[in-house]
Amino acid sequence: MNIVVCIKQVPDTTEIKIDPVKNTLIRQGVPSIMNPFDKNALETALQLKDAYGGKVVAIAMGPQQAKAVLREAISMGADEGYLVTDRAFGGSDTYATSYILSQAIEKLGPFDVIMGGKQAIDGDTGQTAPSIAEHLGATRLTYVLDLKVEGDKVIARRQVEEGVEVIETKFPVLCTATKESNKPRYATVSRKLYSLRCEIPELTIADFPNIDTTKIGLKGSPTKVKATFTPKRTATGVNIEGNSPAEIAGSLIDKLAEAKVL
Amino acid sequence: MSFETCKDVWVFIECFQGEPKNVGLELLGQGRKLADGLKQQLCAVVIGKDVDAAVKAAAEYGAEKVYVVKGDEYENYSADAYGHAFLKLCEKYDPNTILVGATVNGRDLGSKLAVSLHTGLTADCTALSVEEESGNVVWERPAFGGNLYAQILCSETRPQMGTCRPGAFKKGQPNPDNKPEVITEDIPTPAEQIRTKVVEFIKAAEDQGMRLDEADVIVSGGRAMKNAENFAVLQELADVLSGTVGCSRAAVDAGWMPQTRQVGQTGSTVSPKIYFACGISGAVQHVAGMSESGTIVAINKDETAPIFEVADYCIVGDLFEVVPALVKELKARQQA
Repeated sequence: MNIVVCIKQVPDTTEIKIDPVKNTLIRQGVPSIMNPFDKNALETALQLKDAYGGKVVAIAMGPQQAKAVLREAISMGADEGYLVTDRAFGGSDTYATSYILSQAIEKLGPFDVIMGGKQAIDGDTGQTAPSIAEHLGATRLTYVLDLKVEGDKVIARRQVEEGVEVIETKFPVLCTATKESNKPRYATVSRKLYSLRCEIPELTIADFPNIDTTKIGLKGSPTKVKATFTPKRTATGVNIEGNSPAEIAGSLIDKLAEAKVL
Repeated sequence: MSFETCKDVWVFIECFQGEPKNVGLELLGQGRKLADGLKQQLCAVVIGKDVDAAVKAAAEYGAEKVYVVKGDEYENYSADAYGHAFLKLCEKYDPNTILVGATVNGRDLGSKLAVSLHTGLTADCTALSVEEESGNVVWERPAFGGNLYAQILCSETRPQMGTCRPGAFKKGQPNPDNKPEVITEDIPTPAEQIRTKVVEFIKAAEDQGMRLDEADVIVSGGRAMKNAENFAVLQELADVLSGTVGCSRAAVDAGWMPQTRQVGQTGSTVSPKIYFACGISGAVQHVAGMSESGTIVAINKDETAPIFEVADYCIVGDLFEVVPALVKELKARQQA
């Protein structure tokens, strides 16, 4: 079974702080990590490989430093990592990014399974993976908990708001993984060492002679950022005080009743 | 799709087993605002096997037109069938703007439509408005875990599309007298075109309590809860107020609560009448999911906790003392 996993390098959003004076995002010193949901996607891929054999290929789009997440993927068990990188790809929105990644997948494939995380924690759109499926014309199943193969059928369990759907489909299929899908494995020391000396080939625009250049980068992105701002917070709350928890509780309930909230 | 001829604001009314989800009705309220700004009509799109409840709800919540596609193949969502039907409607009626709920299926459908129509889709919008001169919708959304907000435009292609999370907006007042034009289109999707088949559905366990996006009162706990068992303290307060329990990402990461209970950027967006934040520091990623609540009560030992910046009522104290005192006092008053 050939599996490709799309991985994104993201800033650890739990570590991001706001500059209180300039009211801007402080990106400096914020660690870059593998998008957590992509780790679940990789784990799903590795489990499929463990069960059915085959190869797991990790791809990431981004600048040179994104090779770090590909090395991490290899240290967890991916067989190969490819970095999709070119200045021409910069500024891509989800439409353009998914188009470029679909081109890379076609070039490296064919694959039976294409995996991705349900969303990235920086952009939080959840759109890129299903959009890749659309560019490829592939079957897609988002929020997949697990996959198994029965003859020529693929059985997937898919998490939706109301419960779990059991879905029957066929290869090739694109799936996205969630936190509930699994617990990603740890890298072994020997894999870690191996990943450091592994070559991470790059795919640049020269590798895609037939790419439609009107669909890539900032220019090829139908959505454009008009403005960005940091949310303003102004403390206007009323302090509820008292000499005992009971007094505080009484005072809060009085205030809520006065405001007709209770 | 043509920039000049496209018209109207479409809202997808997503259903589950024939019942319209709230998010579609919430979006009709936002769609109304956009349609007024664009001086166009507000239309609902209903796709399903049993569509009557959704058509009725779309009417009550203000649609001027309802496009309906009906058939057995639409009983369960599939990107293939729903996408096919929706794209046929787009080809025929050429919408200007499409709003879709940012649900599991809505995010999938939105992506499919946007790529097929070669247009832009903005995810998880929290505020929508119209730029009058250009006719562009300004899609406002949080990113980086709510640390940053961006205004996005889709200025060169149509339709312009966005998703909004359930609970991000409130439903308007229903009007049972609103009588929209209902246009039923016969768009079958051949079985061989539908590559995924739902063979079984396992309903989520009932004991998870009231849904977060439907609760009037939410009592949430964070890192300070210390363990899973302590959430019983919050459950008591929720019970007295006929509400439900939520939590921050810290509590999910620690394994104390299921992800379905998480409020915030990577969990649910909620806007209950009262939100109790108990032992929650107030990371932006959490606040992004609850700041639209009617009234926010924060209880935290740390007086510098950022949650106090968004709270309406601030209690600096130990939640394990304050919450039980609240339960006791509320019970006493309810009996009086």
